[in-house]
Amino acid sequence: MIWNEKLECMDLENMKNLLSERLRKIVSFVDKNCPLYHERFKKTGVSTDDIKTIDDIRKLPFTTKLDMRDSYPFGLFSTPSTGLSEIHISSGTTGNPTVVGYTKDDLKLWGEVVARALCCAGAKPKDRIQIAYGYGLFTGGLGLHYGAMELGLTIIPTSSGQTKRQLKIMQDFKPRILACTPSYALYMADEAGEIGIDPRESSWEIGVFGAEPWSESMRSEIESTWNMLATDIYGLSEIIGPGVSQECTHKDGLHVFWDVFYPEVICPETGEPVKDGEPGELVITTLTKQGIPLIRYRTRDIVSMTHEPCKCGRTSPRVSRILGRTDDMIIVRGINVFPSQIEHVLLGIEGTEPHYQLIIDRDKGQLDKVEIHVEVNEEIFSDEIKKLRQLEETIKREIESVLSIGVKVKLVEPRTIARSEGKAKRVIDKRTL
Amino acid sequence: MKINQISVFLENKEGRIYEVCELLGAHDINIDALNIAESEGFGVLRMIVNKPKAAMAALKEKGFSANQTDILAVEVEDRPGGLADVLRVISTNQLNVEYMYGFTLRKSDRALMVFRFDDPEKAAKTLQANQIRIIRGSDIQES
Repeated sequence: MIWNEKLECMDLENMKNLLSERLRKIVSFVDKNCPLYHERFKKTGVSTDDIKTIDDIRKLPFTTKLDMRDSYPFGLFSTPSTGLSEIHISSGTTGNPTVVGYTKDDLKLWGEVVARALCCAGAKPKDRIQIAYGYGLFTGGLGLHYGAMELGLTIIPTSSGQTKRQLKIMQDFKPRILACTPSYALYMADEAGEIGIDPRESSWEIGVFGAEPWSESMRSEIESTWNMLATDIYGLSEIIGPGVSQECTHKDGLHVFWDVFYPEVICPETGEPVKDGEPGELVITTLTKQGIPLIRYRTRDIVSMTHEPCKCGRTSPRVSRILGRTDDMIIVRGINVFPSQIEHVLLGIEGTEPHYQLIIDRDKGQLDKVEIHVEVNEEIFSDEIKKLRQLEETIKREIESVLSIGVKVKLVEPRTIARSEGKAKRVIDKRTL
Repeated sequence: MKINQISVFLENKEGRIYEVCELLGAHDINIDALNIAESEGFGVLRMIVNKPKAAMAALKEKGFSANQTDILAVEVEDRPGGLADVLRVISTNQLNVEYMYGFTLRKSDRALMVFRFDDPEKAAKTLQANQIRIIRGSDIQES
């Protein structure tokens, strides 16, 4: 079912009018209520009168993560803090944390978009959902919660962790939907095997997985292990949390709820738009938010976008899964390396599940060394040293041809690479620069 | 005819072989033969044990990558040229050996060699046709 058919399937002409109207409104709103934006518009030389249609969005300046940190805590807000219903604060491991706030209407909006997302994945009212995203300051748990409530699901708010208990609750209460990070779904499968639960017999039919980048191969592993449909949900707390975009059951890109979160894909260096299908940085404007509306916020996520109509009937543009991050790029001996490149190579080598870690170090000769640890699972293990060495060689050769730098590959024992219950740590940079 | 060999992937880290042996000991599993093949950074521990099923279960529970392979254990006469006699048969019949190692059994006063052939069925037939004795798996292992 489609949650908001009127908006999600609106014909493009009407949508363009709606988007234009909403853009005009939000630009005036932030200009009036947020001194930081007012100053910035003035400095850029753009006035609210210059914004007539949605295409004029390109005249507006970008907002960045740095802006959010510099304006800590409330400098980017357009609603006084007394008007907020909820505040979320990121951990902020480097510099100031990031603060976002929701008015009552913003929370309604959040519920609305997550309800749309859950419907995209195939949920219907009265289904039971197990929400194993962390509840609290992290937006994953509560975001899914509000959407599930809006849609009329029965919620089991397990939050993250306590894996054995998660599995017991699944067995006893038979929820149809599971929401968590994709790596946690795999972690739970390992755990299930250990305590004698057959994952294929699980009650979960639909997975709503997000909060970290994942891959097609992880999807097929989750789908075959758990015998469920695994869909991708995307979001970031700066925009709203989960519910910015979501795959429908055709699993062919994530529908962006563009009547409220208007997407652009740009070249990260020039800021100019890229063509449909080409990778670039996703930029989002929140068209209706009140607490902390953001104009052209640079997500730093690399995606590609298509405006082709989808078989499901929704008319929204779709973005690819996250292809990389503008800021997790590592520079090794002057070469740009994305962890996703390594993952891609490993997936291409049959039987290798993507449990790997990239370790970068600088030796005494001041040269960067890259070591890739790959876990040996039962499928690729052989009693013959020859075959294991061949595997090591193949991985090394293919990664070197993709990265154009020499690497060392080390086969390691299963489950020796740390699996967090949240996000997987793929890169360890030991260089002290 | 065939004997079940268990192989375990191990990183070259202190105490790993000890951990495997201790684990099997704790499960009352006896190791009849053991061989280590190593490469830079990792090794493969190959073992013939009296209870292969129980050993696999114990290893998997502890998260080791392990698998089972069919190998042949062949009696070799304990005199100069004894092994050469067996290898002659293997060589003239072009049986491909992936690796081999020696072991002993309490019951036997003969030397024993373990052979990992790429085609154990064919190898077994050929060796028997040449009057070479092969130890039956059921003699030393629980099924």
